[in-house]
Amino acid sequence: MAKRIVIDPVTRIEGHAKISIFMDDSGNVADAEFHVVEFRGFEKFCEGRPYPEMPGITQRICGICPVSHTLASAKAGDAIMAVSIPPAADKLRRLMNLGQFVQSHALSFFHLSAPDFLLGWDTPPASRNVFGIIASNAGLARAGIRLRQFGQEIIEILGSKKVHPAWAVPGGVRSNLSAEGRARIKAWLPEAYATTDVALEIWKKTMKSHGREIQIFGNFPSLFMGLVTPDGSWEHHGGKLRFIDSSGSIIADQVDPLNYKDYLGEAVQNSSYLKSPYYLPLGFPEGIYRVGPLARLNVAEQMGVPKADEELKKFKKLGRGTVTSSFLYHYARLIEIMASLEFIERYMDDPELSSDYLCADAGINSLRGVGASEAPRGTLFHDYTVDRNGLLQKVNLIVATGQNNLAMNQTVAQIARYYIKDNNGQIPEALLNRVEHGIRCYDPCLSCSTHAVGQMPLHVQLIAPDGKVLNEIMRG
Amino acid sequence: MAAKTLTIDGRQITAEEGETILQAATEAGIKIPTLCHLEGVYDVGACRLCLVEVKGTPKLLPACTLKVAEGMEVSTDTERLRKYRRMTLEMLFAERNHVCAVCVANGHCELQTLAYSQGMEHVRYEYTFPKWNVDNTHRLFGMDHNRCILCTRCVRVCWHIEGAGTKNVAGRGGKSQIITDLNQPWGCSESCTECGKCVMSCPTGALFQKGSTVGESERDRNKLEFIVNAREKKQWNA
Repeated sequence: MAKRIVIDPVTRIEGHAKISIFMDDSGNVADAEFHVVEFRGFEKFCEGRPYPEMPGITQRICGICPVSHTLASAKAGDAIMAVSIPPAADKLRRLMNLGQFVQSHALSFFHLSAPDFLLGWDTPPASRNVFGIIASNAGLARAGIRLRQFGQEIIEILGSKKVHPAWAVPGGVRSNLSAEGRARIKAWLPEAYATTDVALEIWKKTMKSHGREIQIFGNFPSLFMGLVTPDGSWEHHGGKLRFIDSSGSIIADQVDPLNYKDYLGEAVQNSSYLKSPYYLPLGFPEGIYRVGPLARLNVAEQMGVPKADEELKKFKKLGRGTVTSSFLYHYARLIEIMASLEFIERYMDDPELSSDYLCADAGINSLRGVGASEAPRGTLFHDYTVDRNGLLQKVNLIVATGQNNLAMNQTVAQIARYYIKDNNGQIPEALLNRVEHGIRCYDPCLSCSTHAVGQMPLHVQLIAPDGKVLNEIMRG
Repeated sequence: MAAKTLTIDGRQITAEEGETILQAATEAGIKIPTLCHLEGVYDVGACRLCLVEVKGTPKLLPACTLKVAEGMEVSTDTERLRKYRRMTLEMLFAERNHVCAVCVANGHCELQTLAYSQGMEHVRYEYTFPKWNVDNTHRLFGMDHNRCILCTRCVRVCWHIEGAGTKNVAGRGGKSQIITDLNQPWGCSESCTECGKCVMSCPTGALFQKGSTVGESERDRNKLEFIVNAREKKQWNA
């Protein structure tokens, strides 16, 4: 009889979600869906607000990646003012975004995902978390937590606050890098490099012992999208969009984010509050594309800094044309941490970051502004339409996790199909954890709430097509 | 002028006839919380934050408009007063849409500061979530009715310091609102001199310099006092 398995809530991700696995009559997986079960409504309630307030409001979408929202929002504000922001402000925003990359990627790797592949899929859920890592390798856990702290400190040094800094504004930023801040970042860099080296070493061992995961955790052809510099290098704030297919061929390049609507469509599904963007020329759902670390490394020809470039070469060898396994998002994240550290180091010798010319001044010179920036999880768009007084008429936000929605569904289905079969409706917890990990590969950020540590209950239901609950197990 | 002797919080003090309890207390170094009061303009007793107890009177009276009298016994800090002040603040928060975290006045807001100092931990009343607009039509300034507490400071500075009479109050009760001229968009006002005193006087983020972002609205209230002293006392003490 056809059944449906529900994983609710999905743990160790940022936000609230559940997974439904649909079984066919023979007890095999027919399909799977990833649902985001929270409703936020930011696009609606921001209507009517003055646009300069948006970097402050929209960063409340999230407590993990507020910087991404505040920067994309400030950029959209720059576009409404139609100004070029002072060079120092651009560099300072970039520095903060790099800090954000380091802290968010470190959180994803050490706190959320490593418990699975370092402690093992079959570790009891009670110890399969960051505390389990602390118990098994306190030094590594500490280094991981410190690496995240390093990123957070950069955000605080610039914006006076680790979370929700009121710092980036339309036209620029509010303060520069202080001499003390510069000294603190400089002194911390060697430790951050050392931790990243250790993590890369661990990852290489993990790849050797996790060949099966690389094969089946979201390994499928899709398009990839990310921002690149004019010469096709890795970009995280600014630049233009590049789309490639899974063979690595560029299908659209140097696309101005302002014209994203010519390339991206947004499908709405009844089963989730998350919209499903797709590459418009290919239609829905064939236009499935991925964003985030894996996509950025696939679209970029080089990182632009030596250590990360060395790793990128090794990374590119893992695929033909592109690296298509979502399990390798973890590797891409580590390479991006390395690149971020190298770019941060460059900025430490740049006197311009101490400049006091930080903000351009202008009125409303365009009634629409699009700000695009790479968030740790992928390309983020803020699209604002204002009236002549600067009050928002329309807000459209396209977030990274939404763009990975179709890929996450496919990943979950692929893992479920491989592991869940011929079990007569009995689903071992460790197998469900693998399904959940498929989602964790993308480090989805579903809202500002995080379940980084601790044990959440996992509720699994086997449901017949008529809605009748046939079997039920509870975890936690 | 005749001097009056009275007691505030058990302390014997002397004040000049015609002074308010608020003035007498301030001179004696006794701090009474205020919100609608603003140095430089007359008081209206609108916010009820400065309520005090007077022996022999069952009612609570606003210190900003209550005149000193011989032998008066005033208490400014009793459990009853603290309870009412918290209640008043909670009602102000529930009445409109005050979202400190994203407000232009965050960190420099008198309503927020009072809520902290008066121990307001949460709002026990149901938020009304009214729908108010933002008037962003003026070239330099904006008015967000969501954050207005109807203290009428802006009206008083506009009429009595600048003398333009642009700002007014319209409507009744909870639907009262600050208007410009005869309820026109601010940008269309013919009387507004663009002096910005109303923005300077606003205790919350309701009036702001256009383009302000979170926490950027710092007010210079001393400017208002400076102008009044210069005009009335011929003293130019910056």
